[in-house]
Amino acid sequence: MLIWLIFALMTGAAVLAVLWPLSRAETAVAAETGDAAFFRQQMADLERDREAGLVSEREAEALRAEIGRRLLRAARGEGRRGPEGEPALRRRRAASAIALSTIPLLALAIYGAMGSPHLPQAPRAARMDGGQLDVGAAVAKIEAHLAQNPGDGRGWEVLAPVYLRAGRFGDAARAYQSALDILGETPARLTDLGEAVTAEAGGIVDARARAAFERALALDPANAKARYYLAVATGQDGDNAKAMDMLQKLLADAPADASWRGAVEQRLAALSMSEGASAITSLPQGEQALAIRGMVEGLAARLDADGSDAAGWARLVRSYVVLGEEEKAREALAKARSQLAADPASLDMLAALARQLSLETDATGAPQ
Amino acid sequence: MFVEAGHYALTLALGLSLVQFLMPLWAATVRDEALAAIAVPAALGAFACVTLAFAALTHAYATSDFSLVNVVENSHSLKPFIYKLTGVWGNHEGSMLLWVLILTLFGAMVALSRRAVPSRLRHLTLAVQGAVAFAFLAFVEFTSNPFLRLNPAPFEGQDLNPILQDLGLAIHPPLLYIGYVGFSISFAFALAALIEGRIDAVWARAVRPWTLTAWVFLTLGIAMGSYWAYYELGWGGWWFWDPVENASLMPWLAGTALLHSTIVMEKRDALKVWTILLAILTFSLSLLGTFLVRSGVLTSVHSFATDPTRGAFILAILVVFIGGGFALFAWRAPLLRQGGLFAPISREGALVANNLLLVTACATVFIGTLYPLALEALTGAKISVGEPFFNATFLPIAMPLLALIPIGQTIAWKRGDLLGTVQRLWAAYAAGLAGALIVFALVRGGPVLALLGIGLGVYLLAGSAVDIFHRAGGGRVAPGVMLRRAAGLPRSAWGTAIAHAGVGITVLGIAAQAWSTETLAVVNRGDLVNAGAYTLRLDAIFPRTAHNYREDVARFTVLRDGRIIGTLEGSKRIYVTRGMPTTEAGIMTLGPSQLYVSLGEPQPSGGMGVRIYWKPYVIFVWLGSVIMALGGLLSLTDRRLRVAAPVAARGRLVPAE
Repeated sequence: MLIWLIFALMTGAAVLAVLWPLSRAETAVAAETGDAAFFRQQMADLERDREAGLVSEREAEALRAEIGRRLLRAARGEGRRGPEGEPALRRRRAASAIALSTIPLLALAIYGAMGSPHLPQAPRAARMDGGQLDVGAAVAKIEAHLAQNPGDGRGWEVLAPVYLRAGRFGDAARAYQSALDILGETPARLTDLGEAVTAEAGGIVDARARAAFERALALDPANAKARYYLAVATGQDGDNAKAMDMLQKLLADAPADASWRGAVEQRLAALSMSEGASAITSLPQGEQALAIRGMVEGLAARLDADGSDAAGWARLVRSYVVLGEEEKAREALAKARSQLAADPASLDMLAALARQLSLETDATGAPQ
Repeated sequence: MFVEAGHYALTLALGLSLVQFLMPLWAATVRDEALAAIAVPAALGAFACVTLAFAALTHAYATSDFSLVNVVENSHSLKPFIYKLTGVWGNHEGSMLLWVLILTLFGAMVALSRRAVPSRLRHLTLAVQGAVAFAFLAFVEFTSNPFLRLNPAPFEGQDLNPILQDLGLAIHPPLLYIGYVGFSISFAFALAALIEGRIDAVWARAVRPWTLTAWVFLTLGIAMGSYWAYYELGWGGWWFWDPVENASLMPWLAGTALLHSTIVMEKRDALKVWTILLAILTFSLSLLGTFLVRSGVLTSVHSFATDPTRGAFILAILVVFIGGGFALFAWRAPLLRQGGLFAPISREGALVANNLLLVTACATVFIGTLYPLALEALTGAKISVGEPFFNATFLPIAMPLLALIPIGQTIAWKRGDLLGTVQRLWAAYAAGLAGALIVFALVRGGPVLALLGIGLGVYLLAGSAVDIFHRAGGGRVAPGVMLRRAAGLPRSAWGTAIAHAGVGITVLGIAAQAWSTETLAVVNRGDLVNAGAYTLRLDAIFPRTAHNYREDVARFTVLRDGRIIGTLEGSKRIYVTRGMPTTEAGIMTLGPSQLYVSLGEPQPSGGMGVRIYWKPYVIFVWLGSVIMALGGLLSLTDRRLRVAAPVAARGRLVPAE
């Protein structure tokens, strides 16, 4: 609210400043700003300079004549000035109205389209609590230390995850690689490196990352992270069925309380989505379909707990349709609508989805 | 909140500059001065608003507010504080905001210069200035907005590039922009004169300080950019005829011509139409320079397509202002009252020749810069127009131009006496000839062109001295009187002499580069390499670590005639955590000359590849430019600029004989 008050004050100041000359009588303005006044001023300056000895008497004489000539010409010009009175008054009112409307309207229209008045400032220092505030300094210290002792593998290993969290993926990959080179290969170091390389490539598991994951898997065939990323790589190569197969096996091997289960399920859901119905029908019946069902159930449970995720709802509705459970799809759609009632954009999206999946052909399908 | 207030201020400035543009034009048609006076508070308000916007952006950079896309992309919380601040204009969006800030600052200064500019001219000038500001504010707001926000904000920025953390790089753009934008004021004055249909010496007086200011800053900006390329890029060159450099050289050449033609107008009421044309041309070239650098056309014609909105927007601005300017010129220029007449042999004549040569030189640079681009756009063929072209076309124009300088400085207004002028300059010719001969004898030969350059440089220096000597009545009065008279000469006379002497010094520095040497060698410990009169001995190649980088350093001992005079280090640096290599040239300044060492690759045989340059008098190249700018500044402080005094000026220039 305060921000709008500030905007209002700024606008007011701008408009008032512009209107100020109009509020004054024309004669007053002309006396101050007319060309004749300018040359009279020059004449006065000249006299002052002459008295101060800055201009010689002979020069001053010539100057006086020159300025006098211009003064005469300017005075003649001012005789032709527009008439004072009714038309000028009306003109000035029009100008005031234009200034009064143009400046705020232009500013508000453009700012309204481009600005983000609701977003608070986020200076870095204010966002860091005491502990995190020192991260920058600590990083600088470790960097300086490593510049002196580049052979300190532990240092690289400490630095790398900090880089990763800071979004400096390339730097993180380089740090992991250094740690790997100095301290030797372990599955954890290899998968960390692969993860950083993948992050740097914007989520694409490229050849370098893949080699790291494969090497990790050779050292530790059960390594979940390596298996996960290799599955992602397979999916990226276009073999969705195999990727889903790999992920499901991973899920089957996973301990029930593994923290990364959610990530695998999400990836699985994304894969099944991109494959669409054809992928599902091409799957053999049995445990895999069951696994998908379990995944959908998980999504439904999550959305029941927190229903603000519009994309999640859409995915759930779509999944039910794919599984052939139209009744449940309708139910989910209704729930989503009630949860997202405050968000018109999401409601539009849901309506479009319903049309697309032909969920609203019955009596309740009146246009919203 | 500060950020959003800054953004809102920018949109307010857009509205204010629209009012600043339209009201005086309307007022001019109905002759209502009170209505036109709106332009003054509008210009001041626009400046205040843009200042607020710039302060908000600077604050966001200073506090590393990563909720701004622009800050995320171009800053990092670990940058040294000073580079956080300079980072504000180290990127496209911020630099365009700086551009607009300078534009509105100049507008505000014109609005306040009540005692220097008659009001009608001032209001119309502000109108044109308002139109330019409006166009660029819209450009910033819609295609290069630095205030776009991110939610959620990342915790860290993306730019920590050590190469860009350089003070020279930080100062260079503001200098250049003040130059470019300053010419927009000359442009605005020119269009205002066309709209008003009247132009006289008062106009020239009013416009000259602005042109001079712009010229001074552009000169410094170009010199600064040149020195930065010299020490940072490690190629040992100081000018590459690179399109980016040419983009700033073209407005400089046209601006120099404008500066001189304005003098003719001020003193003699002549060359009016030509001066107006030059003012339009100079600003057009400034805009063109901005377009070339900012649209990405230069890296390749095809990269233009990667950001079409931005390039197209600047192109539209270009078309409107250049096209509009020339259209107005074609329509209104014939209405201007023609001014004084003069004989071909006169100072006016010399300045006309100066103008023609400068504009021709500018045209050759224009062709050399734009022809390859046009060819690539049309046929896809890539050609490179470089030094040979410019040496063959630019130098033959520059040389007579330089030869003309002392003559133009000494010859009388209106009707000059060529023979007398030449006689007065005999000392300068003699000095130039002697200079060339002495160098010829000392170095036993050398390229003809370089000897000619040395002669020209000395002649320019001596010509400036002769000019001051004669103005002070040298040879006719006692030395004591002469000194007193010289001290009492107007500052503009001293400014002229100093600026022209600066040209002489730069010419000397350039000519001396003909005797520079470049040695490519693979060196091992203890090896000796000759460079000029010096010998470099490689003492050691060793690694060294600093705060956040490691480097391989090659340390040389510099000897002259077997005597040690110092050590010189060049290095190849690697910023460890980023894995980024850079080359740091080693430079040793010996008087006005420099030894320059740039490291290459270590050889398998164990040696180190090095490039060693001996650059005699190379400092003169930049020193001369700085002296030129100083001359301009001195001339700017001349209080006479503010009072119209053509009669007195003539009386002053012809010595009482």
